[in-house]
Amino acid sequence: MSALGDDIRQQILDLLPRYPRKQAVTLPALHLVQDKLRCVPLEAIREIADLLDLAPAEVYDTMSFYGFFRDERNPLGRTRLWVCRSLACALRGGEEMLQAVCAKLGVRPGGTSADGKITVEFAECIGACEGAPAVLINDEARMNVTPDKVDELIAELSKE
Amino acid sequence: MPDFEPVLLRRILRQADPALEAYRADGGYRALTKALNEMTPAQVVQTVKDSGLRGRGGAGFPCGTKWTFLPKDHPGPIYLCVNADESEPCTFNNRILMEGDPHQVLEGIILASYATRASVAYIYVRYEYGRAYRAMQRAVEEAYANNLLGRHILGKDFHLDVYLHRGAGAYICGEETGLIESLEGKRAWPRIKPPFPAVEGAFRKPTVVNNVETLACVTHIIDRGADWFKSIGVPPDPKNPRDAGSYGPKLYCISGHVNNPGCVELPLGVTVRELIDKYGGGVWKGRKAKGCIPGGISMGLMTEKEFDTPLDFNGPGKVGCLGLGTAAVTVFDETTSIVEVLYNICRFFAHESCGQCTPCREGTGWMLKIADRIRRGRGRLEDLDLLEELGNGMGIMPGTTICGLADGAGWPVKTAIRKFRPEFEEFIRSGQRIETPALVGAH
Ligand SMILES: Cc1cc2nc3c(=O)[nH]c(=O)nc-3n(C[C@H](O)[C@H](O)[C@H](O)COP(=O)(O)O)c2cc1C
Ligand code: SF4
Ligand code: FES
Repeated sequence: MSALGDDIRQQILDLLPRYPRKQAVTLPALHLVQDKLRCVPLEAIREIADLLDLAPAEVYDTMSFYGFFRDERNPLGRTRLWVCRSLACALRGGEEMLQAVCAKLGVRPGGTSADGKITVEFAECIGACEGAPAVLINDEARMNVTPDKVDELIAELSKE
Repeated sequence: MPDFEPVLLRRILRQADPALEAYRADGGYRALTKALNEMTPAQVVQTVKDSGLRGRGGAGFPCGTKWTFLPKDHPGPIYLCVNADESEPCTFNNRILMEGDPHQVLEGIILASYATRASVAYIYVRYEYGRAYRAMQRAVEEAYANNLLGRHILGKDFHLDVYLHRGAGAYICGEETGLIESLEGKRAWPRIKPPFPAVEGAFRKPTVVNNVETLACVTHIIDRGADWFKSIGVPPDPKNPRDAGSYGPKLYCISGHVNNPGCVELPLGVTVRELIDKYGGGVWKGRKAKGCIPGGISMGLMTEKEFDTPLDFNGPGKVGCLGLGTAAVTVFDETTSIVEVLYNICRFFAHESCGQCTPCREGTGWMLKIADRIRRGRGRLEDLDLLEELGNGMGIMPGTTICGLADGAGWPVKTAIRKFRPEFEEFIRSGQRIETPALVGAH
């Protein structure tokens, strides 16, 4: 059985005309896979490599450079919650925020809540510094999320 | 300073509709229409050159001049890479431009492509900017549907495709050749230069890399003319023959311990003090500032006494900072421990070094270990010299690394030690240690 499935496969093929070299579709392909599967399984790496005329090791090399992608032993939860720890946020309680989120979910940064709903990560500056402390919910920033708003935030992200 | 009428933020401040029709009703795509009907590509390049526009991405290189480095009569393709990776800590002006007025940026992209004869523009957007990505994507789709992109743009013999490309959370993808490697689908290891991208860039073809704000400025330079742009900002310092001047409006980011963090547009040359007091609402909680980082963390630290420094391309260097950088000012108040500021900055660079050059990979790691040791109360006075030595040894300037991340990692460390040495010494001598993970000023 194919790890990519017909739809992702087609989406990857549709991107090829945008670039003069197939390898350039590596990152977009990895994004498509991880968005859907919450990780990039080895079989998907082999299939991406096949579509892009690359060795699987080349895809893996690129993928592993970015701490962003997860392999199948360590998939993302439903929502990825990044807590910013860079300077502007740290000056306004970002680190306490990270601690509070981890304590509430009983995980360390990088870990996923027991119900599989939320993966917590620390982030370096997410470019929302005017609203420090800021968090990123998947790919959208939310500003002024202070430790006293943690319960509310977790409840929102844990909803069915 | 006389009151300044914002240009780049004009529509954003009144929360104007970002859609094409509304942008056009406000005079949008007037510059593009003018360029395609009345100007040759060479005239667009010349106008940008005449305006004195310098890159807003951090290095301040004259934009028009960079465009002239492309080989003449190249058979193509030529590429434009739009640097929307904005990852310098405490910087968020590109995000505001893309989210709030995407067509202003896109018009600059189309103008720059016309000027440089680029046939494809890739907008490399950091993954964290999901809203900006979707806003730009919508603008691109609208532009295709309205003959502003694609074949025969506005009926002319000018063709351009624009594609968005998302990053994956690595700071080094903002370095222009790291960006190119990442775009090509490889690990984002910066390239040794020369060759510069203008000669051999994306897919080994001539490539221009420009920042989002730089390109937004191009839109207005073509619309209003080079003289208009030059009427804003600071002319070259007659005593400094290498100063190319600091013309035009600039988006300044203000964050940290101020009452009103945000982004303001002002003529280049505003002082740090004015930014904080007049536009940032002053230091919070009625406290005094201890210092700031004036241009993203890579440019080094400023003490409160240095706050009268003008933030133009020349000013920060006069007080030992690396440059204007991203003009993002983050203030820390008098209760903040400088040890924590140092630790936070060292942690960033140790995390973001791409690992390619030994002095940077090992140096940023050691600086973090030493900063952490000091923080935990196990520091020695010699550690301060060691930190300075490490900072001096890594970077393009000493000639030991491939890219400028290492210079940017060393600068805040060196300036912190040099400018705040008594506080570090006192901290070490008195055997203090910081147990909490956070900066003291947070409460
Ligand atoms: C480590 C490092 C990170 C950088 N990050 C960015 C960035 O996020 N955005 C940006 O526009 N330029 C960044 N730059 C500068 C780019 O290399 C390049 O100078 C710039 O994109 C050119 O555009 P401009 O001339 O319009 O400023 C970075 C440079 C270095 C050394
Ligand atoms: S200086 Fe640092 S970030 Fe830049 S290429 Fe070398 S190791 Fe990578
Ligand atoms: S420092 Fe947290 S968003 Fe910039």
